[in-house]
Amino acid sequence: MTLEKHKYDVVIIGAGGAGLRAAVEAREAGLSVAIVCKSLFGKAHTVMAEGGAAASMGNVNDNDNWMVHFRDTMRGGKFLNHYRMAELHAKEAPDRIWELEMWGALFDRTNEGKISQRNFGGHEYPRLAHVGDRTGLELIRTMQQRIVALQQQDAKEHGDAEKNMKVFAEVTITEILKENGKIAGAYGYRRESGSEVLFQAPAVVIATGGVGKTFKITSNSWEGTGDGHALALKAGANLVDMEFLQFHPTGMVWPLSVKGILVTESVRGEGGILTNSLGERFMFKYIPDVFIDKYADNEAEADRWYEDQDNNRRPPELLPRDEVARAINSEVKAGRGTEHGGVFLDVSKRLSAEVIKKRLPSMWHQFYELAGVDITKEPMEVGPTCHYVMGGVEVEPDSAAAVGVPGLFAAGEVAGGMHGSNRLGGNSLTDLLVFGRRAGKGAADYVKANGANPVSDAAIEKAAAKIEAPFTSTGGENAYTLHQELQEITHNLVGIIRTGAELTEAIEKIADIRKRSGNISVTGDRKFNPGFHLAFDLDNMLLVAESTAKSALLREESRGGHTRDDFPGMNSTWRQVNHISSFDGDKVSIKSQPLPVLPKELFDLFDVHELEKYMTSAEIAKGGSN
Amino acid sequence: MARTLKLRIWRGDDKTGGLQDVTVEANHGEVVLDIIHRVQATQMGDLAVRWNCKAGKCGSCSMEINGKPRLACMTQVASYPEDEVITITPLRAFPVIKDLVTDVSFNYKKAMEIPAVVMPEGMKPGEPRMQQVDVERSQEFRKCIECFLCQNTCHVIRDHEENKKSFSGPRFFIRIAELDMHPLDMLRNRKKTAQEEHGLGFCNITKCCTEVCPEHIKITDNAIIPMKERVADEKYDPVRWLGSKIRRREEVL
Ligand SMILES: Cc1cc2nc3c(=O)[nH]c(=O)nc-3n(C[C@H](O)[C@H](O)[C@H](O)COP(=O)(O)OP(=O)(O)OC[C@H]3O[C@@H](n4cnc5c(N)ncnc54)[C@H](O)[C@@H]3O)c2cc1C
Ligand code: SF4
Ligand code: SF4
Ligand code: FES
Repeated sequence: MTLEKHKYDVVIIGAGGAGLRAAVEAREAGLSVAIVCKSLFGKAHTVMAEGGAAASMGNVNDNDNWMVHFRDTMRGGKFLNHYRMAELHAKEAPDRIWELEMWGALFDRTNEGKISQRNFGGHEYPRLAHVGDRTGLELIRTMQQRIVALQQQDAKEHGDAEKNMKVFAEVTITEILKENGKIAGAYGYRRESGSEVLFQAPAVVIATGGVGKTFKITSNSWEGTGDGHALALKAGANLVDMEFLQFHPTGMVWPLSVKGILVTESVRGEGGILTNSLGERFMFKYIPDVFIDKYADNEAEADRWYEDQDNNRRPPELLPRDEVARAINSEVKAGRGTEHGGVFLDVSKRLSAEVIKKRLPSMWHQFYELAGVDITKEPMEVGPTCHYVMGGVEVEPDSAAAVGVPGLFAAGEVAGGMHGSNRLGGNSLTDLLVFGRRAGKGAADYVKANGANPVSDAAIEKAAAKIEAPFTSTGGENAYTLHQELQEITHNLVGIIRTGAELTEAIEKIADIRKRSGNISVTGDRKFNPGFHLAFDLDNMLLVAESTAKSALLREESRGGHTRDDFPGMNSTWRQVNHISSFDGDKVSIKSQPLPVLPKELFDLFDVHELEKYMTSAEIAKGGSN
Repeated sequence: MARTLKLRIWRGDDKTGGLQDVTVEANHGEVVLDIIHRVQATQMGDLAVRWNCKAGKCGSCSMEINGKPRLACMTQVASYPEDEVITITPLRAFPVIKDLVTDVSFNYKKAMEIPAVVMPEGMKPGEPRMQQVDVERSQEFRKCIECFLCQNTCHVIRDHEENKKSFSGPRFFIRIAELDMHPLDMLRNRKKTAQEEHGLGFCNITKCCTEVCPEHIKITDNAIIPMKERVADEKYDPVRWLGSKIRRREEVL
C-alpha cells in the first residue's frame, strides 16, 4: 500500500470548539490548514456541552465586567490558575461570543434583544450565553458552518473548496513527528480503512479535549481518551497539574447503563434544589469558610435570591462544583443517599412544567427517554461523574505554544493552567474560543517565521511500525478487558477522595497494565476495527492515569479537583506549586515548579482579606510581583 | 433483572455481508447501543459501529432497528417484547463501509452547496438586537444533530440513488429554512434555490422525515410546507420578498 501523504502549514488535531476556532484563525492568516478528528465532522465532544458559555457581556446585569469574571475564575480555581490565562480569557470572551453571532449563531435573547445570560455556579452575575441546554451544539455547528463558509470562498476563488483547508474526519493521530528538535508533522491511520496517513507540517495544534474515558463513571464521550495529553508527553512537552480532575456533582445514577451521563448545572441555575433521602436540603451544611459571605445559609434567603440578587446571597446549590460534588459524596457515604446511591435534584417544585420543557428541553428528554422519569413532576437522582480535566499541556498563555517544543501548540481542554484546581461551568466553552484563536494565530506566526521542516523516512518507518504492532502481537491480551481494569483502578483509587496508600497502589497497578498492554492482540483486519482503535486509545489513557496518580500522590493537600483524605485542608504553601509531568519513553516523572506570581495590578483587584485565605503572609506582604 | 436477548446483526462491507445471530445478556434500563458494546467486548471485537455521546446529542449512532431508523443510544431494549428477535442493520440510504457504519459523505457535500449566512453590511459584532420570538423559528432547525435519519428515511433517495444528485433532502431543507428565517441573513432567493437547486419539488410531504427526527423538529410543517408555499408566492412577486427582508432588517438594527 502506498502511504497517503499531505503537506500543510498547520495540522490541527481535533475538531471540537478549540480545534475549529484555531483552524479559522490560521486559515484567515493565509495559511493552509488540515483539521484531523477521530469522529465525523461536527460530532466532537463539544457538541455535548449544555449550560452555556461564560463571557462578561453584562447583558443581564451591567455590573459585570472582565475583572469580576477574572476574580470568579481565580476563586473557582482556588488561585492555582495561571493568572495570565485567566486574564486573557476574561478579557476576550465577550468578543469571541459576539463573533459567533456574526457567523450565524442564534443565542437566546433578553427582552432588549441582546444575548441572554444565565446564572451558573461560581459566577457572581448571570454570565452564560446559552441556547436552551444545547449551547455546545450551537457552538460547534456555528464553527462547522464557518469552516464551510471559508471553503465556499475558496471554491469560488480557486475552484477548489479544499484548497486551503480540509477536514480529515475519522482519522486518528498516533504520533507527532519532530525533526531537529522541532515539529515536522503528524502520523496516524484512517479509522475506516486502517490505512496510514502522513501529514507534513511545521506546526501542529493539539485540541483533543479531555480524558474522561480513563474513568469508569464519566460524562465524556468515547473520544475523551487523553490522546493529546499523551501525544504531547511523547513529543517532549510537559503536562501541568494533572492531579486536578473535575467530578461534576450531578451525573445520572440510574439506570446503570446511563450512569455518569451529565445533568446540566443549569438545572440548579434555574432553581433546582438538592435533598437527601431524609428530605433535607443539605447543601447549607457544606458552605466552606472562604465562601461564607457569598452563599445563603438559610432557605428563605436562598429562595429570595432568585427574585432579588442584589440583596440576597446565592443558594449553596450554586457553589463551585468541587464543593457540591464532595457534599453529595459525603451525604451518600453517611447513609443518606437514594436507593441507587445518589441524592435528589428537584426542579419541579419551583418551575412550571411548561417552563421546564422550554428552558431544559434536553434534560427533560434525557430523563424521560432513558430513565422513565418526568422531571416536571418528580425529582432526578444524581451523583458525581468524572467530567473535566483541569491539568493539561503546559503552554505560553499568549501564543498557546507548548513549552519546550517549537512548533507545537495546544488549546482547549487539553491545555492546562487556565482553570487552576477547578473549572467554573461555562468557562470551558469560552476557553476553547479564546485560546483556540490564540493557538491558530500562534501557529500562523510560527510558520511564517520558520518555514517547512521535512519529515525523515526513519521517523515515518518508526511511526508505521507502531501501528502494525497489535496485529503482529501474539500476546493475547484483550484491549477491552484492560480498559475495564484501568477504569476500576482509577475509579477506586484515584477518584474523588484519595489517600496516599491508595495512590501508591494505583501507580503499581497502572504500571502492570501498561506492561500487559504491550501484548494486546487484535482480532479481524484493519477495516473500521474498534478493537484496534482501542489499543491505541488505551495506551494514551495509561499515560494520563500514570501522570494523574503520580501528581496526586505528591500533592499533600486538598484543593479543587484533588481531595486527599489524609491531607484534608488547603495549604497556602502548596498553592505556590505546579506539578510538571514529563515522559522519558518509559515512565512519567513529576517535578515541582513555582506557580507564576500574580502581578500587582491583578493582585489589587482582590480584597486583601480574601487573598489571606489562600496566600502565605509573605505573599500578602509582597502584594504581587511588579 | 438481566434478560437474554436474541439479536441479528448485519455484518459485512460494501461487497459482501449478511445477518448474524447473536445471543447476549441485557440488564435493566439498557439501550441497544449498550448491547452492541457488550457484543463488541465479548464476542465480536471488530464489530464496527459509530457512536460518541451515548446521550442522544451527537447523532452518530444512527442505524435501523427492526427496520426503523433510530438512534441506538436512545432506544431502550425494554421497548421490545421479551421474545422478539431484534434485527440491527446499517442505514439503507447510504453505502455501507463496514457492519453498521455507512458512508454519509453525501450529506457533507450537500452542506457545502448551501451558501452561508450573509450578515447585513456594516454590522459589527455585539450590535445585533433580535427578539426571542424572531430567533425561535430558526432555533428549532438549529437543534438538528445531523443524525441523517430523516435523509435515510426519505423515499426520494432511500431507494433511488439517481435522485441524490438533484435532491438535498430534509436535513438541508431545514438548513435553508433556518437561514431564510434567520433575522439577520441578507441573501435573497433562498426559497427559490431550494426549489430549483435542492430539489424541494421532489418532496410530496409524506412527513416520514418528521416522524423519525429524534429532535422532534417539525421538518415538514415548519420548514418544507412554508417554503413551498412562499416559493409559489415569490415566483409572482419578488418585490414582496425584498420588502419583508428590509422590514426585518430595520427591526434588528
Ligand atoms: C456533558 C458535558 C457538558 C458540558 N457542558 C459545558 C458547558 O455547559 N459549558 C462549558 O463551558 N463547558 C461544558 N463542558 C465542557 C466542554 O464541553 C469541553 O471541555 C469542551 O467541549 C472541550 O472542547 P475541545 O475543543 O477542547 O475538545 P473536544 O470537543 O473534546 O474535541 C476533541 C477533538 O479532538 C479529536 N481527537 C482526539 N484525539 C484525537 C486523535 N488522536 N487524533 C485525531 N483527533 C483526535 C476528537 O475527534 C475531537 O474532534 C461540558 C462537557 C460535557 C462532557
Ligand atoms: S416529507 Fe418530503 S422530505 Fe420528508 S420524507 Fe417525505 S418526501 Fe422526504
Ligand atoms: S432534522 Fe432531525 S432527523 Fe434530520 S438530521 Fe436533523 S436531527 Fe436528524
Ligand atoms: S451516541 Fe450520540 S446520539 Fe447516539
